[in-house]
Amino acid sequence: MLIVVILLLAAGTYGFRLGGALLRERVVLPAPVARLLPLAAVALLAALVATSALTEGHGFVGVARPAGVLAGAVAAWRRLPFILVVVIAAGTAALLRFAGVN
Amino acid sequence: MWRTADRALIRDIAAIVAADCFVGMSFGAIAVASGLPLWAAVAMSILIFAGGAQFLAASLVAAGNPVAAVLGGLLLNARHLPFGMAVGDVLGRGATRLAGSHIMVDESVAFALAQPDPRKRRAAYWLTGVALFVAWNAGGLVGAMVGSAIGDPGTFGLDAAFPAGLFALLLPTLIRARDQSAAAPARPASTGGAPAGDGTAGGVTAGGVAVGGVTASGGAAGSVTVDGGAAGSVTVDGGTVGDGSGTGRDPAAPWVAGAGALIAVAATPLVPAGLPVLLALAALGLAFVVPVRKAAVTC
Repeated sequence: MLIVVILLLAAGTYGFRLGGALLRERVVLPAPVARLLPLAAVALLAALVATSALTEGHGFVGVARPAGVLAGAVAAWRRLPFILVVVIAAGTAALLRFAGVN
Repeated sequence: MWRTADRALIRDIAAIVAADCFVGMSFGAIAVASGLPLWAAVAMSILIFAGGAQFLAASLVAAGNPVAAVLGGLLLNARHLPFGMAVGDVLGRGATRLAGSHIMVDESVAFALAQPDPRKRRAAYWLTGVALFVAWNAGGLVGAMVGSAIGDPGTFGLDAAFPAGLFALLLPTLIRARDQSAAAPARPASTGGAPAGDGTAGGVTAGGVAVGGVTASGGAAGSVTVDGGAAGSVTVDGGTVGDGSGTGRDPAAPWVAGAGALIAVAATPLVPAGLPVLLALAALGLAFVVPVRKAAVTC
């Protein structure tokens, strides 16, 4: 099952990559489609951020993870390097759990 | 090829590759910690080679929804179609094009488009793509091995690292940054390029990387912003190239992101795992409410 997911995703992604290169002389994407593609990605990623920060299964995940994500988000907002964003988020969550807050 | 790429370019590429190596490491660690076997994390990095889709697919597979993993990942990667249309000329023909297509990521496209002449475009594209492929997969393998050793991701807060990293990748597409216009001086790659850098490959290449908002600060070429990826609106030294709207960041993006996040969280208690993220696509309706032209006024 897992290998099928990986292969389908890999084949499709490669298809997009090569397809664009092959189509480049022939097709111009209609403006509305060209606009919706990146917005769809934005919607998906934002939804992923929110659900993975706040939920586990069908419920609320607890305090430590959202607090860590919030700390990381502030770091990102302040334009700290990516590595610091990730380390601050993980460190905050880990410290809270170490202190017994979950 | 190496001689055509100047020092400033190589330095900028190295900065982003180093950052992406770390993102790749995070992917390996998080994928394994969330329950994927090591081989799957490695295979995804080699075969898919698109950060945002890898993160998305790994979390959806772990949540027990393989169909959403494939559909969501493909949706995220659809931006490579217009990417290919934008930089297809650097790929060459035949076997070279087949190989070159696989290293098409946000970063290699952004760096290629930043170059003034065809030879430099080609050098920048291949240099970035090959270096990223090596760094991304080396990082992924190391991260997966470390992740297996860690066991419970919660202990070290790895479960918080993923949403935070993804947020960092997404952020450039949401805020109207001070230095986003091509007229502004190029900002340092360490702060500008790195967070956006995954998306892609990281992509979280994501986003940022993955989703566009990739800002490559090329020395002599000035700053080039590949915004929103698929829109293909590329601004080079004040002039606009490409078939996008030409307005850069889509003014609807923050609204679509906020609504998508709300929909997904609200749907989580009600529908099967994986589906909330796809339901967030309903937020695209806002794209028709917030007109493109607004950007010209508010920017």
